[in-house]
Amino acid sequence: MIAESMYQELILEHYKHPQGRGLREPFDAEVHHVNPTCGDEVTMRVKLADGGKVLDVSYDGQGCSISQAAASVLHELTTGSTVEETLSVVDEFTRLMQGRGQVEPDEDVLGDAVAFAGVAKFPARVKCALLAWMAYKDAVIRSQG
Amino acid sequence: MTQQSFDVERIRKDFPILTRELPGGRPLVYLDSGNSSQKPTQVIEAMREHMASHYANVGRALHVLGSESTEAYEDARSKIAAFVGAPSRDEVIFTKNASEALNLVAYSFGNPNNTDERFRLGPGDEIVISEMEHHSNIVPWQLLAQRTGATLRWFPVTDEGRLDVGGLDELVNERTKIVSIAHQSNVLGTVNSVSPILARVRQVGALMMLDASQSVPHQPVDVAELGVDFVAFTGHKMLGPSGIGVLWGRRELLDAMPPFLGGGEMIEAVWMDHSTFAPVPHKFEAGTPPIVEAVGLGAAVDYLTSIGMEEIKAHEKRLVTYALDVLQEVPGLTVIGPRTAIARGGTVSFTLEGIHPHDVGQILDDVYGIAVRVGHHCARPLHLRFGIPATTRASLYLYNTTAEIDALVRGLHHVQKVFG
Ligand SMILES: Cc1ncc(COP(=O)(O)O)c(C=O)c1O
Repeated sequence: MIAESMYQELILEHYKHPQGRGLREPFDAEVHHVNPTCGDEVTMRVKLADGGKVLDVSYDGQGCSISQAAASVLHELTTGSTVEETLSVVDEFTRLMQGRGQVEPDEDVLGDAVAFAGVAKFPARVKCALLAWMAYKDAVIRSQG
Repeated sequence: MTQQSFDVERIRKDFPILTRELPGGRPLVYLDSGNSSQKPTQVIEAMREHMASHYANVGRALHVLGSESTEAYEDARSKIAAFVGAPSRDEVIFTKNASEALNLVAYSFGNPNNTDERFRLGPGDEIVISEMEHHSNIVPWQLLAQRTGATLRWFPVTDEGRLDVGGLDELVNERTKIVSIAHQSNVLGTVNSVSPILARVRQVGALMMLDASQSVPHQPVDVAELGVDFVAFTGHKMLGPSGIGVLWGRRELLDAMPPFLGGGEMIEAVWMDHSTFAPVPHKFEAGTPPIVEAVGLGAAVDYLTSIGMEEIKAHEKRLVTYALDVLQEVPGLTVIGPRTAIARGGTVSFTLEGIHPHDVGQILDDVYGIAVRVGHHCARPLHLRFGIPATTRASLYLYNTTAEIDALVRGLHHVQKVFG
């Protein structure tokens, strides 16, 4: 069944038990992104430290399991890394999502985010998976002023 | 529960797609006819036959094929006129879809090319629609209001999903030029009562349009009996092909309106500095029309008539009565719209507590082959009104069965297991 390849255990786990959810202080930038076709929403805050480290990524939102789990995985992957590292993860994740299921994911770069590989086969859901990641990229750019 | 005169199993045999298997060997359970309906063999064959044996452009070719094609195209117009009780076949204008029909009428208001007083529109004038409209019956009027400075006003919707006409006399007043509402809601299933609103519209000397995209496919509709000025509907929701829609309008108004699109076949004569226009309906049919699609739509109304619109309506009423009963037993399920089968059609939208409609729809499709629609169904203001971003919608038609509704309920229980 196709659904099983999309709703990986890891995605459902993150959906039911989101990591790092809730908006926190302090933060350098806050962004709000929506997916107008389905009403998925995410508000995201980013706090960077000197030396290019990501101190905290906090978020709140509502929407489908894919969009909410993607935010949770993003929190885990970014917090504590350098901005540069995280942006390369964002790029690889975007490449995977936009690959229509034809792209071989780089597991070393993506870590847990590789669980979303199945979503790429569902064009209608790709935007759900990317929502938080695009918000993160936007927030980082704004934090760096 | 099927009555002798209405044999759903026999009807299903006319729809080849209903027997196809989806990947993974799942049978198809099609509960998305409100979005677009499936097509019977009779429609598919009529279109194939036209292309195989009679096809040529219409109106302008003098050869045998040209006249056969023209005759088939115009014959389709007559069938559709009869199907909706139009007093004259010339009042039936073929458009691309319901959206184009609505835009055509909106375009004729506040238009410098239209000197008829009834279409004059500017600051201080009012357009009235409702909160339950499809975007196709919102955006053309919004654009019109922006162009002209007129004010767009809205009938509210009650918690039960009915049109709230409590403020009718204030809402529709001397400043009102046009009222345009859905005959049947594509989300709530609500069938709106036209006559009280029309009576007020006549009192204040305004015009009235119905978006009948969801009613013409599902119940007998007689435009003359309704008494409104314009009716829009769309072929693909009523067993016909996509690419064709219908505007019906009162002749005298259509005559007064300016052309919408310019091009071939809509003119009488063209000079370098101006043109004169063909009489209706051709004035509004610029360029090569959807010829084969018109033939298909003609076959679709023949098919619907052969089954009987009263019978179809009764079948859908039995189905929706059943669906409302069994769906409301699913824990955490809330129906958005009337919860009884009174003055409503076979469209049921709902939320499942704690589970986003995208997830509901995906599991239903992937595990059970159940096609429903999820999202705001092109009615975002209505969803805002109910404070929800999206719903899951099952919409029924003549070929659906109670067994398919049972499958939906089983599917929803499974969805709750996955996300619970
Ligand atoms: C109530 C209503 N109005 C208008 C439309 C628009 O129809 P179309 O997309 O064929 O123009 C639809 C269908 O999508 C509808 O349900």
